[in-house]
Amino acid sequence: MTDTLILVVKIVLALTWTMLLALFLTWVERKESAVIQDRIGANRASILGVRAFGLFQPFADALKMIFKEDFSPAFSSRALHTIAPLISFFFTAVAVVAMPFGDSIRLGGRTVALQVADVDAALLFVLAMLGLGIYGILVGGWASNSRYPLLGSLRGAAQLISYEVALGLSLVGLVMVFPSLRLSEIVRFQGGILLGFLPKWGIFLQPLGFAVFFVAALAETKRVPFDLPEGESEIIGFYTEYGGLKWGLFMMTDFLEVIVVSCLAATLFFGGWQVPWLGAGGFRFPWGGGWALPAWTVTLLQVVSFNLKVAFFCWLQVLIRWTYPRFRYDQVMTLGWKLLVPAGALNVLLTGLVLVLK
Amino acid sequence: MKRSRFVLKEIVRGGWITARHFTVNMARHTLRLFGLRTARPGAVTIQYPEQVKPLAPRHKSLHRILVRESGLPQCVACMMCATVCPSECIFIEAAETDDPEVQKYPATFIIDLNRCCFCGFCVEACPEDAIRMDTGEIRLSATARKDLEYPLEKLLR
Repeated sequence: MTDTLILVVKIVLALTWTMLLALFLTWVERKESAVIQDRIGANRASILGVRAFGLFQPFADALKMIFKEDFSPAFSSRALHTIAPLISFFFTAVAVVAMPFGDSIRLGGRTVALQVADVDAALLFVLAMLGLGIYGILVGGWASNSRYPLLGSLRGAAQLISYEVALGLSLVGLVMVFPSLRLSEIVRFQGGILLGFLPKWGIFLQPLGFAVFFVAALAETKRVPFDLPEGESEIIGFYTEYGGLKWGLFMMTDFLEVIVVSCLAATLFFGGWQVPWLGAGGFRFPWGGGWALPAWTVTLLQVVSFNLKVAFFCWLQVLIRWTYPRFRYDQVMTLGWKLLVPAGALNVLLTGLVLVLK
Repeated sequence: MKRSRFVLKEIVRGGWITARHFTVNMARHTLRLFGLRTARPGAVTIQYPEQVKPLAPRHKSLHRILVRESGLPQCVACMMCATVCPSECIFIEAAETDDPEVQKYPATFIIDLNRCCFCGFCVEACPEDAIRMDTGEIRLSATARKDLEYPLEKLLR
């Protein structure tokens, strides 16, 4: 009973965290792009005259989208057309359950993991959920029964499946180095010390793997510069025939993917909730000395650390989206198959070599 | 693949530029939020309705017709402006005055702003320097076309 209650609370908290972050990522996207381009950005949405830097903008947008007509064209397959954004949204949102937000805490005599589900093969689970998200695009484009959406969805399928290969390959090296596929254990393992002073983070163990992972993951989010499925300027993309809240779900999926990729990058390569040199009892510095901290401070620091890392990667992805122009379709394929896949394979080879020689 | 080295360099350079813009502008915004003035603002945006950019001295805005000391309009209804107007938006009806120095004045003088293209030819053509376009009023809008046909009373100032 209590276990179920705890699980429900965790689900609600994780979902709230994800949705709020996704909602405010739309604000971050607008504001960050504005600051990059010497503009101010959306700042007029106000509640009783309080503008708060346009922080209410996401709510105004959501309200607008909710009150729009729920339209599906007469020539579309109604059921599939409706279900496609839900598929996209669900499988991306569900990937968040595997993310560890912090170390386990003792709460009233029981150990509570700050993670919704400690899935055994969490790494594969997250990859599988990201992979299933493709079906939303495919079904959406096909059910629209219109040419441009179909083109967009086919491009999307080709691009995402190609980059799935590179994404998987980039993580093989990681799997070889880390003791488990459990994300909680991967993070715990990264609490170790490398060469006496470096935290044992994935980025230091797998620098090439991280480069391949990050580029492939950027392509998986299907945002600029990899927005071939959408292709605003040529084909309007797989959601041409969508409007209102259904379109909003597709857009939220994009932001959810940004969050999931940020979570993955932080968890796999930047130590998840680990703070450098912070153990269960407090800081223990490699140059000697330490700083004892109570357990709740340690947990708080860990959660804040994870959130900061996620925020940084969200920021970085928005920066990338507002910096680089789109790839041509053949360039995307060249980059994926001729550069990232060989680099990923090379990374596996090098990792194996180092592991054998050690 | 030979050029990919340069592509990589450019990718890093592009990211560096946007990141620099973000950091510098963010620092300026933050400093200004706390009341500290920086050499330049964080954004070039002018928050329009509240904050108005000063117009250039040679701008063209809503027309006005100058008034004599006697209260009559400066205009002598010579029809030069109506003739030169490429949009044909000026309608004048002349009438006689008692003043022998002036002789004529416009009984009606309508500028149809629906048609006006703000070229300023009427100002150039006027021999009496009676019409000018220097009121600074550029927010001209109305809910009915009729409201944009400005009669003499609205133009005299």
